[in-house]
Amino acid sequence: MDVPLNWYLLLSAALFSLGVIGFLIKRNLITVFMSIELMLNAVNLSFVTFAYQWHAVKGQIFVFFVMMVAAAEAAVGLAIIIAVFRARATLSVDRIDLMKL
Amino acid sequence: MHLILFVLFAGFCLAGAVNLLLQTHPINSALSLIVVMTSLAVLYLLLGAEFLAAAQIIVYAGAVMVLFTFVVMLLNAGREERTLGSRAASRIGFPAVAVVLAVLASLFIHAGNIGTAHLGTGLEKAATAGADNSNLTLLSQVLFHELLLPFEVTSILILIAILGAVALARAGHGEGTAAK
Repeated sequence: MDVPLNWYLLLSAALFSLGVIGFLIKRNLITVFMSIELMLNAVNLSFVTFAYQWHAVKGQIFVFFVMMVAAAEAAVGLAIIIAVFRARATLSVDRIDLMKL
Repeated sequence: MHLILFVLFAGFCLAGAVNLLLQTHPINSALSLIVVMTSLAVLYLLLGAEFLAAAQIIVYAGAVMVLFTFVVMLLNAGREERTLGSRAASRIGFPAVAVVLAVLASLFIHAGNIGTAHLGTGLEKAATAGADNSNLTLLSQVLFHELLLPFEVTSILILIAILGAVALARAGHGEGTAAK
């Protein structure tokens, strides 16, 4: 049995939306960051799907670059989270409001 | 076979993502995210991207998520407080998410038949050199010949990220004292 490629794209859209919802409703800094990773993964899935459809190797290489940038982003982001925790002693995004009006 | 595997691991993906939202403890969310990423690796395999499946397991499910769980345990992150989110999130955010999902879904459903995926047909159709079973040859040819400069630039980016992470997480930073 073959699977229509639309289903992969639908799964990707659903995962991306769940990531956005998590970004909006989660109140923990680390979990918000995890939602961002979820969104990146959803986009990667649609890249791989289109690379399959067009038989284009560039799509897969783009996913490879996204992975490398995401790894660098995770390292820097978690270092920032550690610095914020050391300065404010909290991980709740509601308490980190120094720059809010 | 492909359909069964797709439904199984797509279900794992969605269940993990929903569980990530429902759990209140960050460590449970991190473990759900590992489930999502591992299932995505299987979906990459189904789409004929063997190298990306391995990289997904090693880089994401391995390195990145170990970093996440390490930070969760280092900071002793407890149960998150249930506070009301900002008003902008509920007023603009959720309708916007619903609209985006609806638009994308209708687009993908009405896109017609853009092709089906079956096992064992990856990029090797496009391969000109060598009747290799895996697309690794093709991938590395493009990556290390045509895109060598972006590859090297990315390695510099990762080096800078390592330096930045060390500088940010160093003790004494963030308390007003200048980094030594």
